[in-house]
Amino acid sequence: MIKVENLVKAFGAKVAVNDVSFTVERGEVLGFLGPNGAGKSTTMRIVTGFIPPTSGRVTVGGHDIVDDPLPAKRLFGYLPENAPGYADMTVHGFLNFCAEVRGLHGEARMRAVGRAVELCFLQAVLHQSIDTLSKGYKHRTCLAQSLIHDPDILIMDEPTDGLDPNQKYEVRNLIKSMGEKKAIIFSTHILEEVEAVCSRVIIIDRGRIVANGTPAELKARSPEGRLEDVFRAITLPDTVHH
Amino acid sequence: MNAWANIKAIVKRELGGYFTSPIAYVFLIIFLLLAGFFTFTVGSFFERGEASLVSFFTWHPWLYLFLVPAVGMRLWSEERRLGTMELLLTMPVTTWQAIVGKFLASWLFLALALALTFPVIVTVNWLGDPDNGVIFAGYMGSLFLAGSYLAVSCMTSAMTRNQVISFIVSVVICLFLILAGYTPVTDLLTRVANPRVVEVVAAFSVMTHFEGFQRGVLDVRDVVFFISVIGFTLFATGVIIRNHRAG
Repeated sequence: MIKVENLVKAFGAKVAVNDVSFTVERGEVLGFLGPNGAGKSTTMRIVTGFIPPTSGRVTVGGHDIVDDPLPAKRLFGYLPENAPGYADMTVHGFLNFCAEVRGLHGEARMRAVGRAVELCFLQAVLHQSIDTLSKGYKHRTCLAQSLIHDPDILIMDEPTDGLDPNQKYEVRNLIKSMGEKKAIIFSTHILEEVEAVCSRVIIIDRGRIVANGTPAELKARSPEGRLEDVFRAITLPDTVHH
Repeated sequence: MNAWANIKAIVKRELGGYFTSPIAYVFLIIFLLLAGFFTFTVGSFFERGEASLVSFFTWHPWLYLFLVPAVGMRLWSEERRLGTMELLLTMPVTTWQAIVGKFLASWLFLALALALTFPVIVTVNWLGDPDNGVIFAGYMGSLFLAGSYLAVSCMTSAMTRNQVISFIVSVVICLFLILAGYTPVTDLLTRVANPRVVEVVAAFSVMTHFEGFQRGVLDVRDVVFFISVIGFTLFATGVIIRNHRAG
């Protein structure tokens, strides 16, 4: 459902994403793993059509994200990094707006908002404005926005960032259960999350894909069978290249 | 149509945004107070002894100079600061729909502010026998003037995530649009430059075109001027946003 071919993104002289290719099919949960600044967010921003690639090609459900963005954008839900939301809107108003932009009206919109509120446990803060929410609620509001049209594809940038352990657990379960019917990409730097949720893992470091396989395959590369050792071995720590 | 539905959703959200925060009420009150003050005190509405709204409209370019950028400064800079721009532009909405939606919402809001000045029409009609056609033209001109300033603010707010910078740059550009055709300035210019050059410069000023409306003349050229300013600055907004996204 998502096809990324030879993606390159350069900001001036700095190459943030360097020749990245991968595909994600329905029923897959792809974990995007890498140190901070590895190019995870940049890749997601290109895949979702927020920024254009320097070269390479992305198709979402067969639609090119650069040449034919609207049909592509209808297919996915996106949770950007830091879970932004309109500060002065209430959670309810915000979700209604997102549903409306997704082409949902009347009864269908009410049902969609109700479902997203339920999935993300937002009942308690429904009529509170977003700037008064705690980080966990703000995050879940943005997550609800990405689920509102029950998309076939989900792209999530650090979906469990800033959540408490219980909320992390809930969100992981949610991703895992949705992953059976959808194509999901999510980024994280939490290794346990990858093991718990993903059907496949891509490790990205300084803009390049350095590993691509199932969690079990990657674990097998280390003598102790620990993902952490593999991660350390193939991604250079920040201290090396500064 | 799909595009129109998207624009409508954005207009609704933006307009709602004005009224859920104190911005709308503060703006409306200050606008009406200042408009009244300039018209009746500074503009000597009563002492003129004529049934017209000249003293009302004369001040609009100056009143809008500060108030319109205050309305427009947040349009895009707020999106950039909050990161919601990434959300909005990865939804099935084109950049154009977003720009037009935001602009229309703010313009409607300014139109509401202007509509709330209706007591001056009532007053002047009660006291005398004004030419209401001229008044209507004056209102049209004022609305176009506000729209032009607003489109400029829209452009400057796309340049930065800082609303203060957006406000100041916008005021400066609008000030230029006034001064290029402000009589004291053009008089000064004619002393040092070729009158033809001065005429060309003045043609770029909102003043030159606003005056036509005040005389009650709905000249196509004036209308085209304001629509061009709006079109050009909104187009520039699109270019700025595209460049910002390309990094």
